[in-house]
Amino acid sequence: MEHASLFVIMVSAILVNNFVLSRFLGICPFLGVSKQVETAFGMGMAVTFVMTLAGILTYFVQYFILVPLHYEYLQTVAFILVIASLVQFVEIVLQKMSPTLYQALGVFLPLITTNCAVLGLALLNIQYKFGLIQTVVHSFFAAIGFSLAIVLFAGIREKIEISDVPLPFKGFPVALITASLMSIAFLGFTGLV
Amino acid sequence: MTMDIMSILVAAGILGVMGLLFGIGLAFASQKFAVEIDPRVVAVREVVPGANCGACGYPGCDGFSNAVVKGIAPVNGCPVGGAECAKNIASIMGLDAGDSIKQVAKVLCKGDEDKCSNRFDYEGFDSCVAANMLNGGPKSCLYGCMGLGTCVQVCPFDAIHINSKGLAEVDPEKCTACNKCIDACPKDVITLVPYGQLTVVDCNNKDKGPMVKKNCSVACIACGICEKNCPFDAIHVVNNLAVIDYDKCTNCMVCVEKCPTKAIEGDLSKRKKASIIDDKCIGCTICAKNCPVDAITGELKKVHEIDQSKCIGCGVCEAKCPKDAIEMK
Repeated sequence: MEHASLFVIMVSAILVNNFVLSRFLGICPFLGVSKQVETAFGMGMAVTFVMTLAGILTYFVQYFILVPLHYEYLQTVAFILVIASLVQFVEIVLQKMSPTLYQALGVFLPLITTNCAVLGLALLNIQYKFGLIQTVVHSFFAAIGFSLAIVLFAGIREKIEISDVPLPFKGFPVALITASLMSIAFLGFTGLV
Repeated sequence: MTMDIMSILVAAGILGVMGLLFGIGLAFASQKFAVEIDPRVVAVREVVPGANCGACGYPGCDGFSNAVVKGIAPVNGCPVGGAECAKNIASIMGLDAGDSIKQVAKVLCKGDEDKCSNRFDYEGFDSCVAANMLNGGPKSCLYGCMGLGTCVQVCPFDAIHINSKGLAEVDPEKCTACNKCIDACPKDVITLVPYGQLTVVDCNNKDKGPMVKKNCSVACIACGICEKNCPFDAIHVVNNLAVIDYDKCTNCMVCVEKCPTKAIEGDLSKRKKASIIDDKCIGCTICAKNCPVDAITGELKKVHEIDQSKCIGCGVCEAKCPKDAIEMK
């Protein structure tokens, strides 16, 4: 993936290596806030926002702090620190600059702090040895992939909610089965890249 | 060895410096981008129940707290918190809570299996909504409680149950007037009544008298006897159904006594009686003039007497007495 073109990175991030459905990252918000399309979309947007920023910031932390000092093994801890601070910062700024957006994202914003998809993305960017532009593209479209998965899933769950599900499967069991079927469906994109 | 310790220290140093920088950044940001939040919003948010049920009509308890502080929502706007919550909010806002009377849900149907016949046997699954789709349900009365428990399922407070007679019944102690059962009931047979309201028309049938009588022995037949006998003009027949104006009703239960079909609920043994405190009575005759059933007798400037057999416990005399010389027991 070292010299992958931006388009390939994009398709790969959205469809082939979808963060939720083939990497199984960020399952918690995927199941937690996917009861309604509207909130799922809000979560997706919040994640996109934070993931893109986190991708860029962790790139700088990695190549301007950790690599020159030869402390690459601190990656995980350092990135968690970066992401947590970033989310806090974004929350503070949003509350001041755009109260409407802040209210729309609501509780999802602080939830992202503990979203493993963000950390996973930061670590993957480094693993693939992406340059800055590739990092930005990969971060943004990985988040778009997350949003796509969660919105699709929420749409299906809305339908399941009103359909006749056998009692033992009501609620989370059927949601998990749905998620696994979606995952299998996304497996079909494997040959694409 | 020294090398190892050094690398540990440097690692800690890197993280420490990063943490410090981010911390300073955040501290700076929180100063620079500080949003002034009205401390009253936080205070109100703390005294409301926090169930985010939305019964107030605002999006969750946060939305309600904001609306209260902005002056849009009334301080007694939280039906779940009740009077105590209203009082707390009022003290935060520096207002008088007013009389926020707790409301509770009430199932307006007494037509159990013995009193109201079935048109057919229903053997579908236990859902009032489903049964209602089958030609209005099995009950011969199209307005009554079918007792299949859709309201029981939606109640978040375990306050509504199907009793032994197959009718839904609300536990007024647990009910918080969240309106969930009222929304769920396909028959619209549940309504809100003030907590402690003893006199309630326990019927929801809006058909004409003869038709009602054929199906149910305890239904309101819209005869209007209650309307004529009410001393306070508090009960009226609307749409073939007697409706009590709870603001005017004093729980005197005259209507309960007069109702030919016993459709109006009221425990006559709980009826209060007025009695005069002899020491305080100055004989002004105001009570005697206001008594709707002429149960008070007495001459001017002499202690009055109340005929307990006539007294209906309406409380008018207690309200009118300028010397607080009458109490209701």
